[in-house]
Amino acid sequence: MWLNQFLILGALLFCIGVYGVLARRNGVMVLMSIELILNAVNINLVAFGAFHATPAGQVFALFVIAVAAAEVGVGLALVLLIYRNRSSIDLESVDLLKG
Amino acid sequence: MLASLVAQAAQLPFDKPIIDFHALAPEIVLVSLMSLVLLVDVFKLEEGRRFIPPLTGIAMLASIIPLISLALDGADRSMFGGAYVVDNLALVLKAMFLLSGYVVTLLASNYLAEGDFWESEFYLMMLSSILGMVVMSSSRDLITIFVALELLSIPAYLMASWEKRNLRSNEAGLKYYLMGVFASALMLYGMSLLFGVSGSTLLTDIGAAISGGDSSTPIVTLGIVLVIVGFGFKVSAVPFHSWAPDTYEGAPTPVTAFLAVASKAAGFVALIQLVFIGFLGRADVVEPMMWVLAAASMTVGNLIALRQTNVVRLLAYSGVAQAGFMLAPFAVVGTNAEDALTAVVTYVLIYASMNLAAFAVVIAVSRKTQSGEVSSFGGLFGYAPGLAVAMTIALAALAGIPPLGGWFAKFVVFRALVAADSAAGYTLALVVAVNSVIAFYYYGMVLKAMWFSDAPDGDTSPIRVPVSLVSALTLTVAATILFGMFPGLIGHFTGNLQGLLAAAGG
Repeated sequence: MWLNQFLILGALLFCIGVYGVLARRNGVMVLMSIELILNAVNINLVAFGAFHATPAGQVFALFVIAVAAAEVGVGLALVLLIYRNRSSIDLESVDLLKG
Repeated sequence: MLASLVAQAAQLPFDKPIIDFHALAPEIVLVSLMSLVLLVDVFKLEEGRRFIPPLTGIAMLASIIPLISLALDGADRSMFGGAYVVDNLALVLKAMFLLSGYVVTLLASNYLAEGDFWESEFYLMMLSSILGMVVMSSSRDLITIFVALELLSIPAYLMASWEKRNLRSNEAGLKYYLMGVFASALMLYGMSLLFGVSGSTLLTDIGAAISGGDSSTPIVTLGIVLVIVGFGFKVSAVPFHSWAPDTYEGAPTPVTAFLAVASKAAGFVALIQLVFIGFLGRADVVEPMMWVLAAASMTVGNLIALRQTNVVRLLAYSGVAQAGFMLAPFAVVGTNAEDALTAVVTYVLIYASMNLAAFAVVIAVSRKTQSGEVSSFGGLFGYAPGLAVAMTIALAALAGIPPLGGWFAKFVVFRALVAADSAAGYTLALVVAVNSVIAFYYYGMVLKAMWFSDAPDGDTSPIRVPVSLVSALTLTVAATILFGMFPGLIGHFTGNLQGLLAAAGG
């Protein structure tokens, strides 16, 4: 079995996700970029799990999926809170605290 | 696909895991009482509200009872093929997390009751975060570490933005969330690479796989670096500290105390397990990275703290610098693993007591002044001598003045670095020494305001300090003094941690 194709796909997704987190100003887009990184992780885990013929990779990936759902739920709640109080989810404008 | 998976799974041997209920007792007690808090909140909303803070406190203290019986028993207990281990290190850290949780409950109860907050849910969030930390102390496996990390982080994101209508609190929560989630995503990618190299999620297996001869591949380095970066965010090490001051300032102050102490300590616990069990064979990667992180955190944290005028922000940057002191022993893990382990654990324990004491005073004073500015502490000794003395003790301990706790913590770090007898150890020891001196200046700034300045607006009416805050202050100040006066006391807890290193074969 070839491992490389999966790892390259994972690495690409990871890079796109990291770029999105660093460059995007919209709160929801940042959340989606984080999801991309987590999906890169899942691809890696499942590919490595199949490569080593161990179920641990798939189990780990399931845990990541479940926890990511909870994480994004909380994240959307926070973005919604910001939107309610200031009618914008532009992260650049969230700058009351600095120094 | 599914059929082949099932066929594959059928061939795998399945051993029913042996569950040691005594070893799991602290978690079981905590979860049961947490469910009780939830049920009281659901069914007895109005009349039950006043029972919830005491119930939360009882949940923390009751979970310590099985810890004591486990400590008296003394045997190391390992479950699930070594993924969940209860040894001396785990017991000491669990006790620390539960006690800090208890102190934060004391700090939060009046603050929440008097402000415009949702109350009962807060305690539930805090209990589940503490549960994550308790699980983290025992986890010796990537999946367990990941689940524990998220269990302790996700409620903390919500707690930081608990003041729903306050834009500053919202911002604090959002910044903490984005940084935290990004960090855990990076950490997961690193973990997936380490899993790929070793084919196992157990830290002992990973340690064995990556310290071998043919493992000097870049992928191992990348995996270790990403995992350490992920926890670097959690412990607010420079250059991953940018969220900490903003979150600390914007969040409700009891939550700040919780993040600054318990959450940061949990990051260190994870680092201890990963580095001392998993990465010990790759000290060539860990040491230089930790050296840079430690030196940068101490120096940058201290220098920015110098020009802070808000006490909470000042404590945030002082926390960044303290994280640097705690990271320093990691820079000599290769040569002096045993001393480094003792030094980190000692520092984490003492840091928890002295920092909680400082935050308790900040909360008490801001009840009257409604402000976190250093100038609002002016003349504190004149009208609240007890609080002024407590703050003096806490800050002097943070600065490392003997005979208070912080002195001994800095001493063990210094000793571990020098005993490593390497160029890296000596130079980092020098950085530690210089930074300890810089820190005197900004802690002194607060002390000067308390003892020598006049009260702002000449308002010298006394502060009414509720009983819960008094008991929190008494507990933390007493611990700070005792750890400093009798270092043997803490040595009693930290002198017996070699079991962890034995597990790593180190």
